[in-house]
Amino acid sequence: MSTVNCPECDAEITLEASTEVGEILVCPDCGVDLEVTSLNPAAVELAPMEQEDWGE
Amino acid sequence: MTQKRLRIGVLYSRVRVEEKWIFGAMEKLGIDYERLDDRAISFDLEHPEPWQTFDAVLERSISYTSGLYCLRMLDAFGVRTVNTARVAEICGDKLVTSAILSGAGVPQPHTVTAFTPEAALDAIEAFGYPVVLKPVVGSWGRLLAKINDREAAEAVVEHKSVLGSVQHSVFYIQEYIKKPGRDIRAIVIGDKVVMAMYRKSEHWITNTARSGEGELCPMTPEIEKLCLDAARAVGGGVLAVDLVEHPEKGMLVNEVNHTMEFHTAQPVSGIDIAGEIVNYVVEVARKGKEVISNE
Repeated sequence: MSTVNCPECDAEITLEASTEVGEILVCPDCGVDLEVTSLNPAAVELAPMEQEDWGE
Repeated sequence: MTQKRLRIGVLYSRVRVEEKWIFGAMEKLGIDYERLDDRAISFDLEHPEPWQTFDAVLERSISYTSGLYCLRMLDAFGVRTVNTARVAEICGDKLVTSAILSGAGVPQPHTVTAFTPEAALDAIEAFGYPVVLKPVVGSWGRLLAKINDREAAEAVVEHKSVLGSVQHSVFYIQEYIKKPGRDIRAIVIGDKVVMAMYRKSEHWITNTARSGEGELCPMTPEIEKLCLDAARAVGGGVLAVDLVEHPEKGMLVNEVNHTMEFHTAQPVSGIDIAGEIVNYVVEVARKGKEVISNE
């Protein structure tokens, strides 16, 4: 099981086996949105802020 | 005669649960597909060949602007897309959607548009209160304003014209509908209404993105006809039609979404919406191949 550290608050986050690159995780400690940028090795970055034209 | 395997592209920005389900459905069917992150791609107008290797591209961009321009590029390159650029042009802009629905005679809430704060205020006053202001481009219930009186109208109109982009000076003014604490979201794929669900909320904004809750809505001939009429009017494809129950006018089409989320619709209905979408994309890709081989 891979773990990463939140770039905002340094909390340790465990990635589930089904996690995919491009997925958004919410840090359980500080609540920031994180984007999974790599799986091997596991890495996350702060997710881009929501833009005005985002949606469905 | 051996047939070349179909190749599908999936354009996306984030791997949301819907994309996971779509990728899963592609893999289950053994489809040759490629994930195309819209933040990493580029289109060289002198070299469309790499894009032309796709028999169809499914657009799932989270940014309306990126998605729309990608569809326009692919359209210019002769690549089939779900949905088409024309459908995205119509559905991504509420005013264009309303105009098209109006032309097709599809019932919808009373809507007025104006392009200056003064004309917008006159139109709002003529409507009476409360009234709803919506940005023409936007989603997830963002920046919707229910205006209860003249003072609020003046403030919101001024804020929109001063603080917003030029697009916020396209004032989209709509009657406020006293709906029964819910609206209806229906999923249309091709010529089939796949499912419908209620989105319930105590708040006047019932989007599930704003914590509205989903509950299965029984399919009726009225819902089916209205959804198919709306879907055909905008050009068809993979669409989510939002309906609202007006106390006097009955069921109305509120909006049509062209890159819909179905994180609630799929579990609520038990229907494999992602699988249905993938089947539809394959059908579109196959039709393109037939057209080419007949030429």
